[in-house]
Amino acid sequence: MGLRFILLVLLSIALMVLDYREHYLTPVRNLLTGIVAPIQYAVNVPIQFINDTSSHLSSRQTLLSENTTLRANQLLMEAKLQKLIALENENTQLRALLTSSTRSDNEHITVAQLLAVSTDPLMSEVVLDKGQNDEVYVGQPVLDASGIMGQIAQVGPFTSRVLLLSDPRSAIPVQAVRNGIRGIVLGKGALGNLALTDIPITVDIRVGDILVSSGLGGHYPEGYPVGVVSRVRHDQGGQFAAIEVIPSAQLDRNQPVLLIWPTNKNLSIDAPAIQSEHKALIKPHHADERKE
Amino acid sequence: MQSLSPRGMLVITLSLLLALVLSVLPLPKWALLFYPQWLPLVLLYWAIALPHRVSLGVAWLLGLLLDGLYGTVLGEHALALTVITFVAGKLYRQIRMFPILQQAFSMMMLIVLYQVILMWIQGIMGSLQDVRWFWVSAVVSMLFWPWVYTILRSCRRRFSVY
Repeated sequence: MGLRFILLVLLSIALMVLDYREHYLTPVRNLLTGIVAPIQYAVNVPIQFINDTSSHLSSRQTLLSENTTLRANQLLMEAKLQKLIALENENTQLRALLTSSTRSDNEHITVAQLLAVSTDPLMSEVVLDKGQNDEVYVGQPVLDASGIMGQIAQVGPFTSRVLLLSDPRSAIPVQAVRNGIRGIVLGKGALGNLALTDIPITVDIRVGDILVSSGLGGHYPEGYPVGVVSRVRHDQGGQFAAIEVIPSAQLDRNQPVLLIWPTNKNLSIDAPAIQSEHKALIKPHHADERKE
Repeated sequence: MQSLSPRGMLVITLSLLLALVLSVLPLPKWALLFYPQWLPLVLLYWAIALPHRVSLGVAWLLGLLLDGLYGTVLGEHALALTVITFVAGKLYRQIRMFPILQQAFSMMMLIVLYQVILMWIQGIMGSLQDVRWFWVSAVVSMLFWPWVYTILRSCRRRFSVY
């Protein structure tokens, strides 16, 4: 028993070192993620079932009123979209006139669902129902309807793991919409509270400033909302301001999320899809549909 | 030592699987604080009741599964579960003799040890978050021990798992 104990402890430590320091164990980890996926789906099914049933049981009146609001919203969105397409064209033309490097906005997007399972309470991660089979890759940006949620940290065969912006290991380059000041937003471990760091106290950042992703670093796409500045504190004698940010995305809700395949990731599989116009419109994800 | 009956194997496997499922139930963050540590509780029961059946190898494999479910670094939960199972395996004769409350208290101490190992590893990895209230979960686990003990013992007797 004693010998076996020592062996297993050494084995665990070796695993941790190999996994964390060297990342040698990615295949093992992916295999393990595949093995536990049935457990996660098994937990998810009854909870989704309860959600679905409760929506079946909602009254006709609520459904009708919801339908009306959604229709109104859709009309509004379509109107905005028309304007956006016009602006996009104009923008491309202007950029062509300036002969500057073109910035393509035709990202490919697909919708994924959060699995209703809990992860380690000490980490800010969620599990998605899309994995390797859907060409999800590590580092891929994840959004919800109102902003950036985080990036894919690990991909299994049928599931993947999202590192939320609120995780202490997460950092995202941002710029303020009002004046273009750039900075980096870090997670602090609390879901509703991020930190904008390394901003000198002399720089003009105010409460209410909207921060969008700057696209620097080439990881996250440019121009998506990240958060709103909620508090700016200037410590006496400090060189940098302590700035708190409320994330735009709802990190604590169980909602459909969007996976983006940005154009600057030169993924060969997506090359034909990127060429076709207005791929930013959300489409259901089918491999054949993308290879038009 | 006679080998475990298939029925006994099924009972042990199902109870451990149920504990795994319970440990990934989706809960809001504040509720997780009051959520018992199901897998260590069930594992410790078997490690004390049947130390010759459920011991270090089982604990290590379960820990690896939990690492996969939680997305923690491989070997973290495996190490923690192996250590508490080892301690329980050394002390099972005493713990069996304890009255139920004292048993629950020793379970709490083992679960605190389990959590401290986890936090220690996450501290080294640099991903440790707010841990001021971690002990609440250990206390809740202690309150759950009498029920876990009674239910699993009656299962073990009814299906005569030895």
